[in-house]
Amino acid sequence: MATRKKPARAGYSSTPKAIKVELLLEGLFNGISIGAVFLIVALGLAIVFGLMGVINLAHGELMMLGAYTTFVVQNGFKLLGEPWFETYILLALPAAFAVAAAVGLLLERGVIRYLYGRPLETLLATWGVSLILQQFVRSVSWQMAIGMALFSALFFGAWWIISRRPDFSRLRNFFWGIMLPLSAGIAVATSMVLGNIFKLGVTKPWFGAQNVDVTAPKWLRGGLASPWGNNFQLSYVRLFIIGLTILCVVGIYLFLQRSPWGLRIRAVTQNRSMSACLGIPTNKVDALTFALGSGLAGVAGCAISLLGAVGPNTGQNYIVDAFMVVVVGGVGKLIGTIVAALVIGITTYLIGSSTIALMVTDIQPLYDFFDFFATTSMAKVMVFALIIAFLQVRPAGMFPQKGRTVD
Amino acid sequence: MTRIGRRKFLLYSSATLGTSILLKACGDPPTATTQQVGASTSSSSGDLIKVGILHSLSGTMAISEQSVVDAEQLAIDEINAAGGVLGKQIQAIVEDGASDWPTFAEKARKLIDRDRVVAVFGCWTSASRKAVLPVFEEKKHMLWYPVQYEGQECSNNIFYTGAAPNQQIEPSVEWLLENKGKEFFLVGSDYVFPRTANTIIKAQLAAKGGQTAGEDYLPLGNTEVTPIISKIRQALPDGGVIYNTLNGDSNVAFFKQMQGAGLGPDKYPVMSVSIAEEEVKAIGVEYLKDHYAAWNYFQTVDTPANQKFVSAFKAKYGQDRVTNDPMEAAYIGVYMWKQAVEKAGTADDLEAVRQAAYGLTLDAPEGKVTMKPNHHLAKWVRIGQIREDGMFEIINSTNEAIAPIPWNQFVAETKGFGCDWSDKNKGGKYKI
Repeated sequence: MATRKKPARAGYSSTPKAIKVELLLEGLFNGISIGAVFLIVALGLAIVFGLMGVINLAHGELMMLGAYTTFVVQNGFKLLGEPWFETYILLALPAAFAVAAAVGLLLERGVIRYLYGRPLETLLATWGVSLILQQFVRSVSWQMAIGMALFSALFFGAWWIISRRPDFSRLRNFFWGIMLPLSAGIAVATSMVLGNIFKLGVTKPWFGAQNVDVTAPKWLRGGLASPWGNNFQLSYVRLFIIGLTILCVVGIYLFLQRSPWGLRIRAVTQNRSMSACLGIPTNKVDALTFALGSGLAGVAGCAISLLGAVGPNTGQNYIVDAFMVVVVGGVGKLIGTIVAALVIGITTYLIGSSTIALMVTDIQPLYDFFDFFATTSMAKVMVFALIIAFLQVRPAGMFPQKGRTVD
Repeated sequence: MTRIGRRKFLLYSSATLGTSILLKACGDPPTATTQQVGASTSSSSGDLIKVGILHSLSGTMAISEQSVVDAEQLAIDEINAAGGVLGKQIQAIVEDGASDWPTFAEKARKLIDRDRVVAVFGCWTSASRKAVLPVFEEKKHMLWYPVQYEGQECSNNIFYTGAAPNQQIEPSVEWLLENKGKEFFLVGSDYVFPRTANTIIKAQLAAKGGQTAGEDYLPLGNTEVTPIISKIRQALPDGGVIYNTLNGDSNVAFFKQMQGAGLGPDKYPVMSVSIAEEEVKAIGVEYLKDHYAAWNYFQTVDTPANQKFVSAFKAKYGQDRVTNDPMEAAYIGVYMWKQAVEKAGTADDLEAVRQAAYGLTLDAPEGKVTMKPNHHLAKWVRIGQIREDGMFEIINSTNEAIAPIPWNQFVAETKGFGCDWSDKNKGGKYKI
């Protein structure tokens, strides 16, 4: 910004050393807290995209579902009254995990398993799913939910009954021609009748297109005064997210390295056909891995609901960052995701907050250069430019997967 | 074998037929899906007047624009229930701009060329307005734009029912300088409205003895504000005023993280121009309490017209819904258009409707407003402080409606220019 002066505190021509150290420490904490958000958002994707190779563009929407689950749990606890309300986040985390994992499982069984090995189709299909999920939370109402449940019950119930008959293959066409319009007709008619009887009571959307408010419990509001004496404050929410991220990373590491299913997951990602030959149920492993990644997206959604907006578009705000972190870290390596998230977080902060600019006040051209990039928009530009440059040098990311079984 | 199948087929198909008849019977009364009210018949017979509604019903901006559509439809339904305009019912054709500016232009063309509407109510962001502006000028058509904006525009084809900067930004800056402090930090989303608004604020501060301690812009939808908070603390170590022109999701992140970092309203009061009742509900009052907002209208405004508006809105859309400034401006827009059409005696001759609109007054929920020849409304200016219940305590209000100044007088390029479309020699930008 041409009009911006050097900040008031740096009224002297060069920043003193003590302040520089303080700035760096503050930058480190803030950078790590930004990195922790990147990491928790990217962790699920590191599994789904990194280990399974599925480009899941609906990942952000799974986060959004986690955030909405937090909202629902919060409202449930509001009814219970004061002392209970403060603990809602502890239930919201597993609930968000469960909801997102369930939706992820449905997505894998219903769509993605037919598309393994076809990245372009997966990309398009999951993008479509993401749009459907966004519109779903905007317009879901009792009327719509009842209609959909009724349709599913009728259609899939009939499918289940008829598919057990020995002459199923002969009935298949009748089934499609008759059960589909019939159950759709009954479902639509029922929901319309409901809409006409109860009016707004059932047609009002649950959430609507508006953002919904998730308020952190009291013990997560405010923050810890800084040990360095200036009015810097370590936000409790940030500390909570850093802690949660560490917990998730450790949990995932232990699960993948120490549990029998983790072993199977690693085996399948390394060599699918050989694992199948050795009797590993690859179908189940795929479903489990995808559900796990989706569940982590749900947890991330719960975490970011404490920091930012919860609305139908929430996922969109994070999906690009998530892919960026996984790609920079190196597809297929958890450690890469962790390092990349932290490095990107710290870089973003140091550039965007003009910390770097203040470090180099002695050298005028350097100061001018970094000061130019010291707004949030421009910092993003610079980070992306750095990433592009980095990927030119190391196209496979920081920690490329080694070995000949990679395919 | 196949005969059984055929018999079954007959049975099933008759069942299907029966269902579809049932469906039709139930489908006849207009159902209250919020997006299609009034648009159920597609015939363009002589006793209907078609108008277009063009807002984002999907994408990032749907959050704000959906409720504006609700307000416009409320006004149209009220007018229809009271006998329509010129004895004809109004039919609204709702199009989704999808938060995508080229889509807005495309849909505007569709409404004008294919649907042959006589007026369009629409747009929220300045970017979408700038995208449709060439379309409306080319077709010599009419857009009613309901949102407060940065000014610096005065089109013959747009009526602006929201505030010009001198009806929102400038009075609020003046109030802050008098009551809250001289040092300002400007935070905004990275698009045309915040950047122009901040240019105006900086010029105004320079003229009135204030100081701009810093400014920063977030890309739309960005939710990481830690760097900005650090900069605020560096620029204003002892507190100061934060002027917030963020839009959409970034607001939520901004207020949540401000509180986490310990920057409260006592030392760092935030004045927002994009936060109204709806947004307070969505962000959470815990984070916003005691901060400020500047608008022409708050739900708490005490006028008979407002009580009627609020209760009609709640009756139609639910008791937990709230009204806000852009919704009120949209509601005014529909009624202003109706009055202009009645005065002109025609809805189809757009030039006659335009000329008829100048000087019209309306007892709006915010108070008495007047359409000026520069296509903007004379409006009331208020400053509200956010209360415990999510409503605004009106702590400052002008004594009369403030006349609009679209060309900003603090900015060098537009200083001394005015706009008057009632006079052929003056037009959109003339030297006063």
